[in-house]
Amino acid sequence: MYTVDNYDVIVIGGGHAGCEAALAAARMGHRTLMATISLDNIALMPCNPAVGGPGKSHLVYELDALGGQMGINADATAIQMRMLNMGKGPAVHSLRCQSDKIKYQHLMKQTIENTENLNVKQIMVTELKVEDGKVTGIVTELGEFYGAKAVVLCTGTYLKGKILIGDIDYVGGPNGQRVAEHFSQSLLDNGIELMRFKTGTPARVDKRTLNLENMEVQEGDTHHHSFSFMDEWINRNEDVCWLTYTNKETHEIITSNIHRAPMYSGKIEGVGPRYCPSIEDKVVRFADKERHQLFVEPEGTGTNEMYVQGMSTSLPMDVQYAFLRTIPGLENVEIMRPAYAIEYDCLNPTQLTPALQVKHIEGLYSAGQANGTSGYEEAAAQGLMAGINAALWLEGKEPFILVRSEAYIGVLIDDLVTKGTNEPYRMMTSRSEYRLLLRQDNADMRLTEKGRVIGLVKDDRWAKFTAKKAAIEEAMDMLRNTPVNPSKETQALLESLGTAPIRTGIHAYDLVKRNELSYAIVADAFGLKRYTPDVEEAVDISITYEGYIKKQMDQVDKVRKLEEKILPKEWDYTQIKGISLEAQQKLNKIRPHSIGQASRISGVSPADVSVLLIQLEQYNRSK
Amino acid sequence: MYIDDTIAAIATPPGIGGVGIIRVSGKDSFPIVNSLFKSAGTVPLMDRQNRTIQYGTIVDPATNKTIDEVLVLLMKGPHSYTAEDVVEIQCHGGIVPVRQILKLLVNHDVRMAEAGEFTKRAFMNGRIDLTQAEAIIDIIEAKTEDSLSLAVSQLDGTVSSFVKDVREQLIAMIAHLEVTIDYPEEDIEDVTSQEVRDQLQPILKAMDDLLSTANTGRLIRDGITTVIVGRPNAGKSSLMNALLRENRAIVTDIPGTTRDSIEEYMTVEGISLRLIDTAGIRDTQDTVEALGVERARDYINKADIVLCVIDGSTPLTPEEIEILTSVSGLNTIVLLNKSDMAQVVTDENIKEHGTFTAIERISAKEGEGSAVLSKWVQELVYGGRVKQDNSAMISNVRHISLMEQAKAQVEQALSSIDMGMPVDFVATDLRSAWELLGDITGDTIRESMIDELFSRFCLGK
Repeated sequence: MYTVDNYDVIVIGGGHAGCEAALAAARMGHRTLMATISLDNIALMPCNPAVGGPGKSHLVYELDALGGQMGINADATAIQMRMLNMGKGPAVHSLRCQSDKIKYQHLMKQTIENTENLNVKQIMVTELKVEDGKVTGIVTELGEFYGAKAVVLCTGTYLKGKILIGDIDYVGGPNGQRVAEHFSQSLLDNGIELMRFKTGTPARVDKRTLNLENMEVQEGDTHHHSFSFMDEWINRNEDVCWLTYTNKETHEIITSNIHRAPMYSGKIEGVGPRYCPSIEDKVVRFADKERHQLFVEPEGTGTNEMYVQGMSTSLPMDVQYAFLRTIPGLENVEIMRPAYAIEYDCLNPTQLTPALQVKHIEGLYSAGQANGTSGYEEAAAQGLMAGINAALWLEGKEPFILVRSEAYIGVLIDDLVTKGTNEPYRMMTSRSEYRLLLRQDNADMRLTEKGRVIGLVKDDRWAKFTAKKAAIEEAMDMLRNTPVNPSKETQALLESLGTAPIRTGIHAYDLVKRNELSYAIVADAFGLKRYTPDVEEAVDISITYEGYIKKQMDQVDKVRKLEEKILPKEWDYTQIKGISLEAQQKLNKIRPHSIGQASRISGVSPADVSVLLIQLEQYNRSK
Repeated sequence: MYIDDTIAAIATPPGIGGVGIIRVSGKDSFPIVNSLFKSAGTVPLMDRQNRTIQYGTIVDPATNKTIDEVLVLLMKGPHSYTAEDVVEIQCHGGIVPVRQILKLLVNHDVRMAEAGEFTKRAFMNGRIDLTQAEAIIDIIEAKTEDSLSLAVSQLDGTVSSFVKDVREQLIAMIAHLEVTIDYPEEDIEDVTSQEVRDQLQPILKAMDDLLSTANTGRLIRDGITTVIVGRPNAGKSSLMNALLRENRAIVTDIPGTTRDSIEEYMTVEGISLRLIDTAGIRDTQDTVEALGVERARDYINKADIVLCVIDGSTPLTPEEIEILTSVSGLNTIVLLNKSDMAQVVTDENIKEHGTFTAIERISAKEGEGSAVLSKWVQELVYGGRVKQDNSAMISNVRHISLMEQAKAQVEQALSSIDMGMPVDFVATDLRSAWELLGDITGDTIRESMIDELFSRFCLGK
């Protein structure tokens, strides 16, 4: 076989996971190849033209702090930004941007093409080469061999992808792309367990055929926002979205055609997500709901295509036209691309270590939708982690694992590899038990130092970060050391600020603690130094919500030790005396990285964990 | 599952004994015990000489009430059994002071130790050598599962349905709050703080009611099984009423739940009794009066103590003689009732029909009976003829403490609402309350909350 080249890392797939994985590995100094089915579809957004939202934006902020690309790319190509959940608490503030899809892709492609150590090629991979339990390279459909020390699978929805619209189905990926028809078999041959999942997307419609006056306009925020710590806060409001609702007639059309939906006719075998059901699912499951809301969102500035959010479906075209045209604003709508459902193969993620490595094949990593997740952000976050870990492994270093109390990325990966998933997994803030600690505003403080150690945080970011950190510490110190005495002037000043007078001498810190006050107000009133908005926000949040934050930090402290107890890789749990049979089997399957992870496996009881602790101590002492 | 928090356990066997010992181990053992300890000196325990015995009292800081006079032994790590900081509290023997001190500790961030946990820590911290690891595993294997499932199984049916009901209400609220956070743009009405407030108030009230009775009683079905037998009209119900009037310390009625009508719970001098009135058996079953003996036989077989009520004012009936025969040789106290009337039955008449622990004369109608019961229960328990198990007491402290912590979370949620804190914080408190209550009933699967979101709300892309 013709050997084209030998790489340190080959990333299979050029979607959101693939881009991050390839960039991370290359930036960490490893010769990397990104193999994509189509060079025209790097960082394609096959579903909604948006990045972020609750839980997802948190992932993007974290990825950015570690030196990933998605935040920078999304900022630069945003056409509208909104901060969601503003009244609901700082930990759930969530940035969401509407992206110009084409610009997003182009910018990412440019970045990839111009990254040192990184080659990108249009390649259809058909086979994974493994020797003695170790990955050695890939074979393409043209019979070429590429050698690799590490391979990262970022195959998205392309493994045996199948599109379904009504009773029509055909082999294909999103947007009429080719699919990887043979690669699944190669994975199976190498002992990898696959699952079949399903997802879907709504129709894209022609903006010229919309009656905009029949819908409500939804503007972006006038404030400045950005995902990336490195971005200047500029206002990006180039376009608007539109809000409208389904009605009784819409639902009647769907109900009377329900037998023609592949989900209901039994044509679909894949498992779909509960959190983004198709419109037919919604109408059937929530039959008493009189209307469903939908957003009509621009796909970019240079196109008339509009995304009809909330109307994902796999009903046949005549039904799609019929029900869409019952909706105010869409009376004369022309569909430019149909809604469809897509089925694809993905890996059972419990086969992976928390470093996203396939347990039984050295050098093989997997990330993104290939691991049973859904969403660009979830994919990108995993891609970054898989890329980092492939690189660290090549360097002979310990894997980079984030625990649940450090990042949503930690929650995401821990959930996947510990519990697995039986539907496409979507991040939500309610999945995190330490939500108050894992905020957008402190993602930089949580993770930049780690990114620096890994080598992805370059000098410019590091300088900006250390300056911010120092400013926060300075402001906190100043507040703690600025006395406020109950003098007449002070009381008058407090009254003018609409806050209660003080009884004894306190510090400025205690004033910031009051709900009605903030750093900015106190600083202006008492002539203290002002800082940039991000610094003042960090100060406000850590002081105002101190009690709650401390409570969660105490909880984290209590479990930290368990996360630090690393279990030996070679243990055969069926030989471990004193744990239940169920625990033995589960532990042997999951092969947890730490006692902490073991304790979260269903079927492993507190007693089993106690026994593991004793056994581990015994093992470590006799070593 | 924590490995370096502060834990406590009762080190002495239950029941009688001159001294009761509670051991506390972990990094906060000194400051926590110090916050509950009062003595003549002002030096905090942390700063007192290591390996000394300190005299003082244990005081509940919330009420300033003295719990007991104690000796406190100070043993700083690593020179202690667990190699952690250990404080040993020696109080008066008997179940009451030990239980109260344990409960106080648990309410101050101390966790009740699992079976074998002190030994486990000693091992983990290098105090015990490898040869003993196997033995420790055996202990954990045998007991940990048992103690937790036992606690859950001992839970009173009314309490567990109450907990389930409260959890159901909480999860509905949490799911609604969470869904508005995770799906802010869906067409779902936001929950107002006022609505959460209105729903939490009755929950808090119900938790309060439960706890106020629980503090004198228990949340679990336990106690020495004490069966009242006797022919109809001998005065069993009057006796039951008389006993309960003085000793009633049970879980009160909780709306929406039902209670087994023939069982009552009471404490006598700190000893828990499960009182079964066999008269009630007939009342619950809609049948003609049949022989009490047959109906009561099952209960008699399981009884620790039998209270046999005989009408002293009329000659023994054949039925009474049959009853006496069936309870002979057990821990039976024969109560010759209706002592306010002329007595026909003599002690000798009774003794002809078997051997009994005691024969006493009472007038249940006049409310007597309690003192006699109290005297003989103590005699039997402390004399070792009836075994008292402290697992139930331990479970009870655990349940009450979890309920109190859950209640504190609900209060915190309400106060956060009043302070105008955003919903995220309120949701966090409610989640904690929900999880704590789940620990009582053994339902602690986090995933169920996510399921709740999807089953209740329509979300989509």
